Amino acid sequence: MIPGAGMHIIVCIKQVPETSNVQMDERTGTMLREGVESIINPLDLYAVELALQLKEAHGGRAIVLSMGPPRADKAIREAISMGADGGVLLSHRALAGSDTYATSLALAKAVARLRPFDLILAGVRATDGETGQVGPGVASLLRLPLSTYTSRILAMTDGKITVERLVETGYETLCLPLPCLLTVGKEIGYPRLPTLRGKQKAREQQVPVWGPAELGIEEDMVGSAGSPTRVVRIARPQIARKGQRVETARLGATRAAKEFADFLEEHDLL
Amino acid sequence: MWTVAEQADGGLSKVSFELLAWGRGLADKLAAIGRADAKLCSVVLGNKLNQADLEELILRGADKLYVAESPAFEHALIEPMSCALEYLIRRHGPEIVIAGATSVGRTVMPYVAVRIPTGLTADCTGLDIDEQTGNLVQTRPAVGGNVLATILTAKHRPQMATVRPRSAASPPRMADRKGEIVRARIPEELLQSPTEWLGLRSFAKDEVNIQDAEMVVSGGRGLKKGENFALIRELAGVLGAAVGASRDVVDRGWIPYPHQVGLSGKTVSPKLYVAVGISGSIQHLAGMRTAQYITAINTDPEAQIFQTADFGVVGDLFEVLPALVEEVRQRKSKKERSQ
Repeated sequence: MIPGAGMHIIVCIKQVPETSNVQMDERTGTMLREGVESIINPLDLYAVELALQLKEAHGGRAIVLSMGPPRADKAIREAISMGADGGVLLSHRALAGSDTYATSLALAKAVARLRPFDLILAGVRATDGETGQVGPGVASLLRLPLSTYTSRILAMTDGKITVERLVETGYETLCLPLPCLLTVGKEIGYPRLPTLRGKQKAREQQVPVWGPAELGIEEDMVGSAGSPTRVVRIARPQIARKGQRVETARLGATRAAKEFADFLEEHDLL
Repeated sequence: MWTVAEQADGGLSKVSFELLAWGRGLADKLAAIGRADAKLCSVVLGNKLNQADLEELILRGADKLYVAESPAFEHALIEPMSCALEYLIRRHGPEIVIAGATSVGRTVMPYVAVRIPTGLTADCTGLDIDEQTGNLVQTRPAVGGNVLATILTAKHRPQMATVRPRSAASPPRMADRKGEIVRARIPEELLQSPTEWLGLRSFAKDEVNIQDAEMVVSGGRGLKKGENFALIRELAGVLGAAVGASRDVVDRGWIPYPHQVGLSGKTVSPKLYVAVGISGSIQHLAGMRTAQYITAINTDPEAQIFQTADFGVVGDLFEVLPALVEEVRQRKSKKERSQ
């Protein structure tokens, strides 16, 4: 941290498809995707919120960084309307088809270009790929200390940040030197709504678009060409189950409960 | 063929053994297509490891163990764990490395994968060997379970993957199985950690980690009030189940976030899942649809949850739950008396 200048925070966000209005096709038992609305990945909103809270507490700037098609510019502007100071979009045909390694590489190169920074934030995972691998991947390539599943910031002094993170057995407390990378879950705060002034700034803000040239890498280091993993097949899984159903309207609650208990007993669940 | 074991509660976590089931299947398939060097190894990075736990890995299928002990591994800090795993991978060149999709696995594996660099596939529900190429065929859900993707890491090695806890059963013990234990020496400079571990606030003893639980009873908006979670806890209590929740009720503050099941919460794969007053949004289904038996109680016959349930009750949970609790209690005590 530069004394008097506050913190420089970079938040990595991703634009994802809105999946909440997905219905199931009763005939095939698979899911149908309605519409192609795009939103900021929900957990990234929490990362943006944390960045804004830290900025308010310590002064400084929060920039958002995103990799995606040209329309991901909308996600960056949405973060600006919440209060972020600016953003950079990584978008280029050579970046398309990047797996988590190629994405981590591109984002890490972009973050390096945005030095100096004190903190990088991201949501734990995105709702489309759901891997949760890019946050740790970026941290690793930049040789940064890392806390995943971060639930709370306890303190920040003397170039160190103390956090709590949610693990299987409880909440773990870690102290990391700055700069470091944190991936955050929902307990970190509640994402604020955009403000009118924020929306105006978002409309007027210049959001630079970078490609491999600006990142200083060859095109074949990213995109499908640079991805060690490849999706070779996509199937729509059958997720419907043909189950028994009872109604209290016909049987009454007691009888329905007995049928339920019968089901449990049949399957050795009691 | 490597699996990464994890320490937990002074011993090794269950997933360490579940991984051997996956690993054995893959090692055997590799051997079947002529890869004679396909041994099943388990990497154990820990502190104050028990010899009995190490032998257990061998009894349950590991042909070889690479064991490294250091205080640096005590709290699974990322830098020492990742540097050590990367060191061992570079030294011994495994074909495949799999780990559990736990908070440790999901952090260490990507940290390592990008440095090799190699491909890593998260949260696999299926792993197989392609008979033609010998490649690892990785299957995983994505887009909230909307699609099932098949993934290959054709050229890079090792092929890395994480698998969900409880997605395979621990292999049985074979009493006279023998294996090799190699004590690895990790160079001191790789065991440094800039991050300090300061402590752990454990969950209360009765607050079971829902991901380890065999049964989960979850409550949703149909409960109407936070206090009504008492009904969920009651049913969970008589069944011996953990308590889960939909995103909606966590957002309302009725129950804390560690109980949330779904896309922005936890993924569970229990033997039994009971969804009470939950409509069954895609986000929620993504977190529990691999449960062996899914059951639901909801007043709305059109609720999407019924389409994925093996057994459903269309009715008022305020009537059904108490009746069910009573019924289960009676049957269980009858069982106990007759034993």
